[in-house]
Amino acid sequence: MNIHIRNGRLIDPKNKIDAVQDLFIASGRVVAVGSAPAKFVADKVIDATGLVVAPGLIDLAARLREPGYEYRATLESEMDAAVAGGITSLACPPDTDPPLDEPGLVEMLKHRAKTLNQAHVYPVGALTQSLKGAELTEMAELADAGCVAFSQADAPLTDTRVLLRAMQYAATFGFSVWLRPQDSFLARDGVAHDGEVATRLGLPAIPVCAETIALATMLQLAQETGVKLHVCRISSAEGVALVRAARQQGLPLTCDVSASHVHLSEMDIGFFDANCHLVPPLRSLRDRDALRAGLLDGTIDAICSDHSPVDEDAKQLPFAEAEAGTTGLELLLPLALKWAGQGALSAALAKVTLQPARILGLDAGHLSVGSAADVCVFDPEAYWKIEAAALKSQGKNTPFLGLELQGKVRYTLVDGQVTYQG
Amino acid sequence: MNNPQLNKHGELQHLLTTEGLPAPILRGILDRAASFVNMAEGGEIKKVPLLQGKAVFNIFFENSTRTRTTFEIAAKRLSADVVNLNIGSSSTSKGETLLDTVDNLCAMHADMFVVRHAQSGAAHLIAQHVAPHVHVVNAGDGRHAHPTQALLDMFTIRHYKKEFHNLRVAIVGDVLHSRVARSQIHAMTTLGVPEVRVIAPKTLLPASVEKLGVQVYHDMEQGLRDVDVVMMLRLQNERMTGALLPSAQEYFKYYGLTQDKLALAKSDAIVMHPGPMNRGVEIDSSVADGSHSVILPQVTFGIAIRMAVMSMLAGAQ
Repeated sequence: MNIHIRNGRLIDPKNKIDAVQDLFIASGRVVAVGSAPAKFVADKVIDATGLVVAPGLIDLAARLREPGYEYRATLESEMDAAVAGGITSLACPPDTDPPLDEPGLVEMLKHRAKTLNQAHVYPVGALTQSLKGAELTEMAELADAGCVAFSQADAPLTDTRVLLRAMQYAATFGFSVWLRPQDSFLARDGVAHDGEVATRLGLPAIPVCAETIALATMLQLAQETGVKLHVCRISSAEGVALVRAARQQGLPLTCDVSASHVHLSEMDIGFFDANCHLVPPLRSLRDRDALRAGLLDGTIDAICSDHSPVDEDAKQLPFAEAEAGTTGLELLLPLALKWAGQGALSAALAKVTLQPARILGLDAGHLSVGSAADVCVFDPEAYWKIEAAALKSQGKNTPFLGLELQGKVRYTLVDGQVTYQG
Repeated sequence: MNNPQLNKHGELQHLLTTEGLPAPILRGILDRAASFVNMAEGGEIKKVPLLQGKAVFNIFFENSTRTRTTFEIAAKRLSADVVNLNIGSSSTSKGETLLDTVDNLCAMHADMFVVRHAQSGAAHLIAQHVAPHVHVVNAGDGRHAHPTQALLDMFTIRHYKKEFHNLRVAIVGDVLHSRVARSQIHAMTTLGVPEVRVIAPKTLLPASVEKLGVQVYHDMEQGLRDVDVVMMLRLQNERMTGALLPSAQEYFKYYGLTQDKLALAKSDAIVMHPGPMNRGVEIDSSVADGSHSVILPQVTFGIAIRMAVMSMLAGAQ
């Protein structure tokens, strides 16, 4: 099918385009930008007047809850949510039940996702068997099955010798290791940032040093092994400073932050709002400002949704007992835009398209001629209210409930097929 | 952010924490409690019909003898129908969630819940969930708040010291895990106590505790100097594990209240404790039973405070 997206403001951070230009798609690929190629006859014309035409979003962390947690969400519901959020590729962490530690599970997930014919799914394999932090997984086999990187998700890896070995083994094959820095001893039983709010509310706390100590360990080991390290969900000012220093020393390092943490702080917990029970915890305003600055200066490469749909029963509990996590697929675009502001759409989009593609090692996140036509067409100015009924995800849990955010997806195209129209 | 404890007329709808309650409401509770104390001192204890026909459910997910008993006595003196439920340490032990339990009790026409729970925020969760005519009293949630204890402490202080604005008060012990300390601090800063000190080793103080408006001391002898009120906190036995403290003996030596240390406080200082006490751990028996101790009057005042709170809640529009 030939599609002509006309008169939109085309923003392609990789090709440094930000101008009103038409986009021409044929056989699932971008065939021209600007003027139509010879003999191009459109089967469908999308009028993008007043809209932004951007590469489809790429999310580095979206829990689809399959296999194992289908009562929270299914592949169907969450893939619907992804394209409704303009997301055309997503990486899913290995913390399913069972975890993604066997090639068969990965193949099944890839197959299930493919038959739905929506966003591309890139599984992140378990770094250790059952995520227990003791034995290595068959990383090369998992990579053959489709894993793009290896991770512990939120499971602890306390044994530094195992971590060293895992990095060495991954480096052997050139695989990336994605780790969220958290010392499990310092974080034990904690549910909130070790600061003013946790003190006031009497919530067991997680100090910043839980992040920096684990981060320092993994940076040292990454230097030792030469592994490609991706630091997930950085949360503190001190953590950002460590990543910045390591990058300045030339360590081949990448880093992401969750969209919630770019905007929220411990203060948002208010009177025990369980929707603000997140992993890592929302930290102080100073930390939040450091995350924003880290995005701006490139210390933090990408913003991810850290999508974790939770059923309502699991949130209707006292704060510490409530399941951590937030729904995020449909909020990624508006929250990225909110970070950069209307004057810097291209900068915002780079953090959710080009940069995550680079981290994933994908030739995606841009609209170059010849590339797959994964496209997000959105209204950058339209406000919409975040409420349960407005979300396609089965997870309705988000700290942003009730707020109005700017940036509404109108069309999502995956491989040149319109998979969402809103 | 709306204060979930007040209704749209500014009256007390729930009592969840002393934090954020206006001083006139705190004083109002103390004044009403005083009238109940006077009534009791008049000889025989009469029931008053302020909660006649109301059903008060004491739901205790954590064990308690004293607090539950004083709430029960208070509710009965207000002529309420009282139901006690000891649900044990875990709401999920029977597979029922906290809010399911509450829904079931609401279906039995509960008018008021007195709740104790091991998790901070449990009382807030219930208050957000129940119908507008149902009131919630927090009888202790995790490490967060124990407002009626703090109020009876304020009553005790006012009883012996008359005023708040000229006092120096020290809270000694495990502030980190203490809902009592948090509620005391908020109550005192609201009522105008100019100097509140906390005295503890660093392992028993939460981060940024000074942001609550207190001065931090690690040396008990310095901290007790010239104080008018010493509020001891209970040190639970399980704090001896988890690398918080080396031993009860060492704790007592450095942070236990003895006659010698008490001598550093003002000569008319009063000593308080929320109970139950660990004699020889946080307080020496000679102090607990000595002339400065007002620990037993605290318990008596506790009934009047709980009557005051429950009758005010029932009287809200």
